Amino acid sequence: MTAVDETIRTDRPDDGPVLEATGVTMRFGGLTAVNNVGMTVRPGEILGLIGPNGAGKTTFFNCLTGMYKPTEGRVRLLGNDLPPKPRAVVMAGMARTFQNIRLFGNMTALENVMVGRYCRTSSMALTSILRGPKFRREERETRARAQELLEFVGLGKSSEHLARNMPYGDQRRLEIARALATEPKLLLLDEPTAGMNPRETQQASDLIFRIRDSGLAVVVIEHDMRFIFNLCDRVLCLVNGQVLVEGTPGEVQSDPRVIEAYIGGAADDEEGDA
Amino acid sequence: MSTSTDIETTYADDAEKVSLWDRIGRPVAPFAWPMVLAGAVILAAGCFLSWSYTDEVLGDLSIDFYPGAVQNLMIIAAVLAVIFALMYRGPFSRLGEWLASATALRVLGLGTTVFMALVIALIGVQAGGLVNVMPGAWISFVGAVLILLGAAGLTPRASKDPLHAHLPSWLEILTIVALLAIVLFGAAYVLDIEDGTVFSLVVLFTGLVAFTLTRAGFFTWVGIIAQTHRRVLMLGAVAVAFLFPFTQDGSDANMSIATQVLIFASTALGLNIVVGLAGLLDLGYIAFLGAGAYVGAMFSHSAFATIGWKPNFLLVVIFGALVSATLGLIIGSPTLRVSGDYLAIVTLAFGEIFRLAMGNLDGQDGPRLTNGPNGIPAIPDLEIGSFNFGETHEVFGITLGRFANYYFLLLVVAAIIITVFTRLNNSRIGRGWIAIREDEKAAEAMGVNTFGLKLFAFAGGAFLAGMAGTIKAHHDVSVTPDQYIFLESAFLLAAVVLGGMGTVAGVLIGATILKLMPEKLRFVADYRLLIFGLLLVLMMRFRPEGLVASKRRQLEFHEEDEELADRVEEVHLVEEQEAKA
Repeated sequence: MTAVDETIRTDRPDDGPVLEATGVTMRFGGLTAVNNVGMTVRPGEILGLIGPNGAGKTTFFNCLTGMYKPTEGRVRLLGNDLPPKPRAVVMAGMARTFQNIRLFGNMTALENVMVGRYCRTSSMALTSILRGPKFRREERETRARAQELLEFVGLGKSSEHLARNMPYGDQRRLEIARALATEPKLLLLDEPTAGMNPRETQQASDLIFRIRDSGLAVVVIEHDMRFIFNLCDRVLCLVNGQVLVEGTPGEVQSDPRVIEAYIGGAADDEEGDA
Repeated sequence: MSTSTDIETTYADDAEKVSLWDRIGRPVAPFAWPMVLAGAVILAAGCFLSWSYTDEVLGDLSIDFYPGAVQNLMIIAAVLAVIFALMYRGPFSRLGEWLASATALRVLGLGTTVFMALVIALIGVQAGGLVNVMPGAWISFVGAVLILLGAAGLTPRASKDPLHAHLPSWLEILTIVALLAIVLFGAAYVLDIEDGTVFSLVVLFTGLVAFTLTRAGFFTWVGIIAQTHRRVLMLGAVAVAFLFPFTQDGSDANMSIATQVLIFASTALGLNIVVGLAGLLDLGYIAFLGAGAYVGAMFSHSAFATIGWKPNFLLVVIFGALVSATLGLIIGSPTLRVSGDYLAIVTLAFGEIFRLAMGNLDGQDGPRLTNGPNGIPAIPDLEIGSFNFGETHEVFGITLGRFANYYFLLLVVAAIIITVFTRLNNSRIGRGWIAIREDEKAAEAMGVNTFGLKLFAFAGGAFLAGMAGTIKAHHDVSVTPDQYIFLESAFLLAAVVLGGMGTVAGVLIGATILKLMPEKLRFVADYRLLIFGLLLVLMMRFRPEGLVASKRRQLEFHEEDEELADRVEEVHLVEEQEAKA
């Protein structure tokens, strides 16, 4: 961990960390949901965030993305400080999906992704009303890019379907497409395989690998351990709002404290299943 | 009934409705179809005989072989019944595959029967006893009942979905043109009716026909062809609106109503951007119209105008719009950051503050701008270039008076507002607004500038209202604070909600109903709060999405309804296909 910190200090923009969160603390009244958590994400890596229910994983995500204003701590994306405003965070290059899917249900899949393009396009009122060439071009490009992204996540044929009519797994993938439309450098996925069957989970892993290969860094919150340990380059385990262990999947998997705090009960179940 | 017990338990409501029609219809089923035809003929025949002894009742229904207004309506009903019957079986049966003719006939039969009963009762009441009802009316009533019974005996067939009907496009265009022509002549006809009761009956009958055609599935098809031939529809609608004054031949009474409807509708369309598109509840919108009107009055050539500078009217329009928009920014910027309820309260208060402020800026409590409660009277007619709006003109031998002049100008304003509305709706900004309505937090997390978009809708709506206001000042001749009371805001909102949030056609219909009814009907004018209140309660219960539903709004109002969602998706897919073809 100290070694990682050392590389940050050198502060070289070209291969410096994508995200650097230090001392993030979130208190709600007397409750400390997130306590002095630090996390570093390097370019092109997939980082797993695990922890039992109520460990503060989603709260930590909310602190990173500006949904919450952290009580203490600082979040830097690509070397710049992030203000705790969701829009500014997206503009800076970090996008997320939600644990409980939050699509725009009454819009089509394509329109959902087009909303994601909002922050990368600039047609304002007058251009929209006068419909000049700039507006037409931008609208065409938005549509084409959105369709491309739908095809990338495997929903190319469902572009005109209403989001609320789509099957659960497709909705999760649509959320990823919408987040990708904002052109992020870092993608935060909050339980992307919750409620999926094994085949869909496999497809989700493939998709995340493809996203990583396209040059993005990815942080994944997940409960499915097999999924996380197959997918991630590094894993961070959060317990009671604090970082318990950070390391490679192998290290975390075999760490007695993790088994103690988290996998302990569940490990028996898993063995029973196998 | 024992045959369908299991159905009744699962679909209690549906089964009951079906079984009632079937119970009535079963005995007549073998000769149901001839019965409908006979009923239609008898209904029409009765209309050519006199319905009452006196000529004082419901226009004049006392002359044989000279049908009056109400009788004409029943002849139309009879013709419709014959057409639907021939769709069920006979020469039009190919059309019958697409339209639910039996269902339509049931609705029509029930409607005409009730209508005839109502007419007979009205003749009885107004002429002093049922003795005054002549046989013609009874014959028509029997005809209506025959249609009803016969229709009950017909079996509603699963018809093809009119959504997928493909007619040659000249036929589709012809349909649009025909419908628009009906609207034009219908409007001219309705406005000419003097008798309040007859007017109500005509309105009732129009509703009945519209409902019948809806149940037949006709409007599903119209919706699709309106989408495919959008240009034709738009040009046609402009032509109809433009031609309307020529049907009035200088009658100022109707043109005055028409201009008032147009001012009201334009303002409601502006409000629809705020309420229908951005989803913000604005209870003080009339103040923005008022701000524009005051600006228009202050810079006018009125002897009571408080500002000495008399710029070109186009400049005044822009100025009025900008003043309104600035007020909108001032009100919106602190309130739009918090939840929607605050905005409703603040705008409500703002509307009142505006009225009170205008009533006090009389030189005693503040600068002399508005002459206080007296307002700014005697505003002269507009003069743009050498064209004076007060003068009467002859075009093709038809007299166009003062109100017709304003009507044309307001038509331009309405066209501008409609263009702004539809183009914003189909743009990046429109998508942002929908996203905000759907899930504001998620929209923000996806990079949508939620505050900016809401503020823009609010100020933009105010801008358009201010623009309309400057013209209203000249149209109304005087501007006083009591023209801009809270009730006016409430009526504007009612027009939007009643007509259909987020639609142009709906708001136009809603505004027309709300403005026209009190003008034509005394009792509606006297009890308008009660009547409109009741109307809104009924709408909220049975059709919260409004008379003309925007698909998106309909989905929002029925989050649980999966059938509706599938249906909307199907319609959308067909539209996409048509657009590509």
